[in-house]
Amino acid sequence: MIANAQIETAAYEVMKKAAIDIPEDYLGGVKRMIDLETGDLSSFVLNSMVENWEAASEDRRPMCADTGLPRYFVKVGNEAAVEGGFCAVEQALRSATARATHDVPLRPNRVHPLWRTEHNNNVGINAPEIEWSFEPDADWIDITTVHKGGLFGTDYRMLFPGDGIDGIKRFFLDTLIAFGKRGLACQPAIVGVGIGGSKDICMTLGKQACCLRVVGDENPDPRIAALERELTELGNNIGMGPMGFVGKSMVVDCHIEVGYTHTGGMPVSVHTFCLSSRRATARVHADGGIAYRTDPQWFTPYMRRETIAWPSSERALDSVG
Amino acid sequence: MAEQRTRLRQRRLSLPASAEAIAELAPGDVVYLTGVVYTAREGVYQRIVVDREPLPMSDIAAISNANFHCSPAAAPDDRGGYTIGGVTATASFRFSKYMAEWLDLTGTRIVIGKGGMSAADYQNVMAPRGAVYLTTVGYGTGALLGRGVKGVEAVHWLDELGIAQAMWFFRVENFGPFIVDSDVAGNSLFQSEGERVNEGIEALYAGLKPPALARYGETDDRREELL
Repeated sequence: MIANAQIETAAYEVMKKAAIDIPEDYLGGVKRMIDLETGDLSSFVLNSMVENWEAASEDRRPMCADTGLPRYFVKVGNEAAVEGGFCAVEQALRSATARATHDVPLRPNRVHPLWRTEHNNNVGINAPEIEWSFEPDADWIDITTVHKGGLFGTDYRMLFPGDGIDGIKRFFLDTLIAFGKRGLACQPAIVGVGIGGSKDICMTLGKQACCLRVVGDENPDPRIAALERELTELGNNIGMGPMGFVGKSMVVDCHIEVGYTHTGGMPVSVHTFCLSSRRATARVHADGGIAYRTDPQWFTPYMRRETIAWPSSERALDSVG
Repeated sequence: MAEQRTRLRQRRLSLPASAEAIAELAPGDVVYLTGVVYTAREGVYQRIVVDREPLPMSDIAAISNANFHCSPAAAPDDRGGYTIGGVTATASFRFSKYMAEWLDLTGTRIVIGKGGMSAADYQNVMAPRGAVYLTTVGYGTGALLGRGVKGVEAVHWLDELGIAQAMWFFRVENFGPFIVDSDVAGNSLFQSEGERVNEGIEALYAGLKPPALARYGETDDRREELL
């Protein structure tokens, strides 16, 4: 049985870590871009960001004051048992959000969309978002938080099968150019592309692709991995760098996730995870131990399954008889 | 703190900044500020510019002439003061409609924010009043800027507007880096850089056929900005 207090502690600590420490994979990706960047202004911006991340870690202060819309992605092992049930887990995550907002501090960004009411703690109706997934043959819970700004850099479009890869490339360029001007997307970014699914899942897949996969990770489908590399190169050939200055640093990495979609359609979403790509994950084990990391390991083979059955689920059902 | 080596020109200004010091700034210069800066965004503009409430002090320009489009990550420190964690700017183009009256009412001559305003705003509103625009870098050098904030001099309308929209007066030292976007002649770095980037955009789309279903939209000209 995993204690509720351990879940609250893990959820609080990942908020702190995400806000302050830039993930190593993203830092490495930006440092490689600095080596290739030739624009004076673009180089100055990238070097300033590296100094900023060092200052954040040294001072234990948030790397960016826009601590975004703090939210959670929770992966629950199929054999995990939690004290108080899953409603208690959600309460722990809301409590951790409020506590971290005061202590780190995070900016209390969350307001009612119409009345602009705020509770100064980033908690409210449907906030923080909590997305759930499951993992077979596991008795732990993974709690990931992502702090992502919310205003610029995302778009959705219903394309059709006949639009093909050309259509995806055009829409990808449109989004990066529209939001790249003046650097509204806070590039260079990890760009997530969702292709397929229903419209809402298309958005979700792209969002999760940019927020929950690390720089250097490739889609297991080799043809999709090739498209990821092609789109990365396309973005970096726009001629635009950070802040929309002349440069070549636009896309640190591109991640594509797909979902089976309507036979007549090819919905596409594009999302940019910014120069403060903040994510942190805690694994809370059945014995109460907590291990922290920066790779959410969200897209497991189980998440991307194509079949009806999954071997361990079948065995479990057989043993019930 | 040691600043990085760069070919860009670096400038240090004391606040309130003199007209002469402001006139020396050129697009692309890197700037660090010492003195007092204050935050004001839509909540404050609504009160002062639209609702015509009085400013919280009689001679704000004597304290500072630098308006930062910022919401700090701030929290009460349980000792009656505030902890300022990270400090970053928010996108300024949304506030350009308030700028003419705001500059007149407050004597603001340095506007600091994210991403600048349109070249027309610089030529019609900012430059005629001797005001320049500095952009934050990145975006999101929140920790570097947070280091530059040495204390909170005052905060106004905290209860009414909340932490994000309140009017904060920060005492700052070597506060930066910022990059000069517009100068007193109304030249814009974002505009000139954008024009250079635009030269290559058409070629990117060569050979990519347009989608079957078009969309209503204000523009398909990708050289244009959407502000």
